[in-house]
Amino acid sequence: MSIWEYANPVKFIRVTDRILPWIAGGAALCLAVGLVWGFFFTPDDYRQGATVKIFYLHVPAAMMAINAWVMMLVASLIWIVRRHHVSALAARAAAPVGAMFTLIALITGAFWGQPMWGTWWEWDPRLTSFLILFLFYLGYMALWQAIENDDTAADLTSILCLVGSVFALLSRYAVLFWNQGLHQGASLSLDAEENVADVYWYPALVCIAGFVLLFVALVFLRTQTEIRARRTRALLAREGRG
Amino acid sequence: MTALLWRDLRLALRAGGGFGLGLAFFLIVTVLVPFGVGPETALLTRIGPGVLWIGALLACLLSLDRIFALDWEDGSLDLLATAPLPMEGIVSIKALAHWLTTGLPLVLAAPVLGVLLNLPPAGYLWVVVSLALGTPALSVIGTFGAALTVGLKRGGLLLSLLVLPLYVPTLIFGAEVARRGAEGLALQSPLLMLAGISFGVIALLPFASAAVLRINLR
Amino acid sequence: MMPDLGKYAVAVLGSYGVSLAMIGALVWHSIARARRARAELDKVEARLNRHG
Repeated sequence: MSIWEYANPVKFIRVTDRILPWIAGGAALCLAVGLVWGFFFTPDDYRQGATVKIFYLHVPAAMMAINAWVMMLVASLIWIVRRHHVSALAARAAAPVGAMFTLIALITGAFWGQPMWGTWWEWDPRLTSFLILFLFYLGYMALWQAIENDDTAADLTSILCLVGSVFALLSRYAVLFWNQGLHQGASLSLDAEENVADVYWYPALVCIAGFVLLFVALVFLRTQTEIRARRTRALLAREGRG
Repeated sequence: MTALLWRDLRLALRAGGGFGLGLAFFLIVTVLVPFGVGPETALLTRIGPGVLWIGALLACLLSLDRIFALDWEDGSLDLLATAPLPMEGIVSIKALAHWLTTGLPLVLAAPVLGVLLNLPPAGYLWVVVSLALGTPALSVIGTFGAALTVGLKRGGLLLSLLVLPLYVPTLIFGAEVARRGAEGLALQSPLLMLAGISFGVIALLPFASAAVLRINLR
Repeated sequence: MMPDLGKYAVAVLGSYGVSLAMIGALVWHSIARARRARAELDKVEARLNRHG
């Protein structure tokens, strides 16, 4: 093994070990403050009532669901171009976290939609896009699971991530088109997160920060796990040979 | 290249896989739908184009894992890789062969099955046009999925999981063309989008498929 | 202390409950896996160092 294969992961583990407690602590703090603030100390919306409290979970989760995929895309590109193993493993580590955020966004959306729209599920462009994004996460994770050789798996999943990103974007526009085609004029506004009053905005900001930190902490931790697991496999393989 | 195409077509014919199975599957799906949703003709007329599209898509999916599986098992894929042919050409030919053995028969069978679903007269033309334009995209995307899962033992299920989300845009625009055609609405924009997707996919995706195949053959 | 959620209690509490449970589960799973991977690596490394 060349020096690159060790130096980077080792350094990564050393650095992240040092900052991980801070990030995790920050995530816990932000989430606790933001959610408690949002849940207990914000007024009800005059139109949506108490359901406005759902947005403290829904909006950050939805944002991170997309950001996680973008991060995976960047990490995949770095792997393809520079072939840093940590990058490929970070992409792998981020996938379950991103999938969870997508699922949270979908479920909280359903809980919100039930009293507001009178239905758990609406084939609204945004909802549909998130469902498709969730399917992409599932496929990506399944491909990682299925391939035994680490480098092959990293290569194939990176390419899938690239191609998938293009198709996810295409689907987004296709779904927009499709839904307008289905019910014209029926505009269900999901844009409650835009132009909201400050009372709702500040706790939401804290929650967003909490979700970002949570994502970073989980990705660091899971990447460490992947590095260690791979090193264990490598050592065992070498022992088996020697 | 033509030699490879002929070889693939002959194999598909002799194995009896592609042609018959896909068509039979298409037929069965189309027959099952009225059992599921009830025999009202008005309802069937309305959902007919969509059902035909879903059926064609699933029938296409069914035969994807055969694109590379046989060649992988007997090692001729390794031979092809060392041949003077570029890998991009090989995957394009494979996709073309898949379309000729699966997609084209589906396109031709669709109007016949449309009768079962009580398709309005205006619908036949646009169902055929949309399928003819869309199924090549399905074959090319499917070839990418097949290349991803070529070495895997139980790749079939994974292949569906990978390929189906990629089929979403094609399905949406294809079904939209067929639906609007059947209802006599303006269909220029979905038709152009469908054509755009098909040609874009045919032009670009073979590069990804070839890269994937090279990795898998390493 | 408990805010009056009115008729939306199920929706709000449900989404908070489900989301926090999912986050908790993933955090717990990540930590458990990290511990296991660390322990396994330590074990293998210790054994290899002893042997050679």
